[in-house]
Amino acid sequence: MIKDLFNKQKPKKKKYATIPTEASKQDVPEGIMQKCPKCKKIMYTKELKKNLNVCMQCGHHHGMTAVERRDSFIDEGTFQEFDAGLTSTNPLNFPGYLEKVDVDKQKTKMNEAVLTGVGRVEGFETVVAIMDANFRMGSMGSVVGEKITRAIEEAGRRGVPFIIFTASGGARMQEGVLSLMQMAKTSVALKRFSENGGLIISVMTHPTTGGVSASFASLGDYNFAEPGALIGFAGRRIIEQTIHEKLPEDFQTAEFLLKHGQLDAVIHRHEMKEKIAFLLDIHQQGGELA
Amino acid sequence: MIGLEFEKPVLELKGKIAELKEFTSTSDVDLTEEIEKLEQRLKKLEKDIYESMTPWDRVQMARHPERPTTLDYIGYLFTDFMELHGDRLFGDDGAIVGGVAKYHGMPVTVIGHQRGRDTKENIKRTFGMPHPEGYRKALRLMNQAVKFKRPIICLIDTKGAYPGKAAEERGQSEAIAKNLFEMAGMEVPVICIVIGEGGSGGALALGIGDKLFMLENSTYSVISPEGAAALLWKDAAQAKRAAETMKITAGDLKELGVIDAIIPEVSGGAHRNVAQQAALIDQTLKPALEELLQLSVPELLGERYMKYKQIGEYTL
Repeated sequence: MIKDLFNKQKPKKKKYATIPTEASKQDVPEGIMQKCPKCKKIMYTKELKKNLNVCMQCGHHHGMTAVERRDSFIDEGTFQEFDAGLTSTNPLNFPGYLEKVDVDKQKTKMNEAVLTGVGRVEGFETVVAIMDANFRMGSMGSVVGEKITRAIEEAGRRGVPFIIFTASGGARMQEGVLSLMQMAKTSVALKRFSENGGLIISVMTHPTTGGVSASFASLGDYNFAEPGALIGFAGRRIIEQTIHEKLPEDFQTAEFLLKHGQLDAVIHRHEMKEKIAFLLDIHQQGGELA
Repeated sequence: MIGLEFEKPVLELKGKIAELKEFTSTSDVDLTEEIEKLEQRLKKLEKDIYESMTPWDRVQMARHPERPTTLDYIGYLFTDFMELHGDRLFGDDGAIVGGVAKYHGMPVTVIGHQRGRDTKENIKRTFGMPHPEGYRKALRLMNQAVKFKRPIICLIDTKGAYPGKAAEERGQSEAIAKNLFEMAGMEVPVICIVIGEGGSGGALALGIGDKLFMLENSTYSVISPEGAAALLWKDAAQAKRAAETMKITAGDLKELGVIDAIIPEVSGGAHRNVAQQAALIDQTLKPALEELLQLSVPELLGERYMKYKQIGEYTL
């Protein structure tokens, strides 16, 4: 057609997308490869997992599920979980809340945004609480607060250290002021534990913000963070709107906090277990001069 | 007096009554009977309107520009107040005031968020939104209170901790967290009263104690209604709906088991009569303090622990 002739002079973008056949889809199953959001390198997911989700090229620390974290940190076969059945109710009758919780339960195979239990770290018995940012962004509602509080109390009963890995966007909006009060509850429990000589180690992982950063995450005898983790109280956008100023690129990163005296150290994930085990050893009672 | 939207009918009627009174006094026509009738109507109208305030109405009331602030109440509740400044680390934050005072003759430490009463003062006090040095000053004064065995009274009134660059650099999170942690162990009675807005962690950082009270028209929430609406429905204009959904009024918090009691307000709001409002606070504060002073330190701390331990809802 004449019309088509004219069109040819101005080549249009390809109109059609190639839809892969079922067979070709199966050639590369979903999730087999993963792209580093920082350096854009494409890696085999399996290889990345083996490297504890740390990018092989640039060292970027990707997220970890609570279970992956447990497996990387606790001696194999020593972990006993606490309160696996504790689950959220809907105290404010917030529309659609429990449905969202259910979706995340399916997705993460967890009952809530924190995994708690007791295990050994290079032989040292320790109670741990590991948050999972994949469950409602790791937000803290009544169950998270209660599980952490019970874990702290259990550490007190056993006379062992309490270690927490935080990963949370803050309070769980759908539980309103009850979620706010979990900051109080966990802090009150930590105070008692601390008064009785308990050792608290906090490791902030990406992201640790809002009510979680303003409670137990900052209350360790030792406060550590993973490289590049976002840590802060107020959100970046709110601050920019309030002070009408562009914030520096590294604002609220672990390195930024370290520079401003807010952290004891930033620890690479590959060295996490070894360094914390060293601290646990330092805290064994009754050393002897050789 | 600045009127709020929902109370307009009351204010209009009040205006009319005043006009008629003026008219009666300056002319020969006697309208006393009409005025009496209108005054009765006003009473009923006030009752109807102020006793059926929606959560959003209360939010407006809590933020009323004339709402009494910490320093206003200090003037009525205490004698011989002396303000003490500075955190000894960085600076003095005007968004939190504190000092020593006498309460019915007893030495106490009183600390509270302080909003400005006009724009100039608000800028100086960063609108009652504290920086870390504010929380650290509060903690310093509380530790001093413990050393000298003075009860601590905290008045809460803030939109939240200040969201700024400097605040983050100086450890806003740590400052708040440390206050929660240390307040749990204060070996003297601690009484906290929400007098206006109780905004999130910034409010909670003065809010761990043995008794928590709220004024009838104050609010306490994890996030402002505007913030909640923006987060949950991507629309800050839905703040009114958020105020209802988020359960932030004194009545809601009593029902959720978070606060111990509601302190009633003067009809039409605390700003109508500060002296009378202070007296209403006193009526709750004094017996509460008397009760706490009977407890030994272990009893006090044990009960404080259980008070927070029981907050939250979950099932197995």
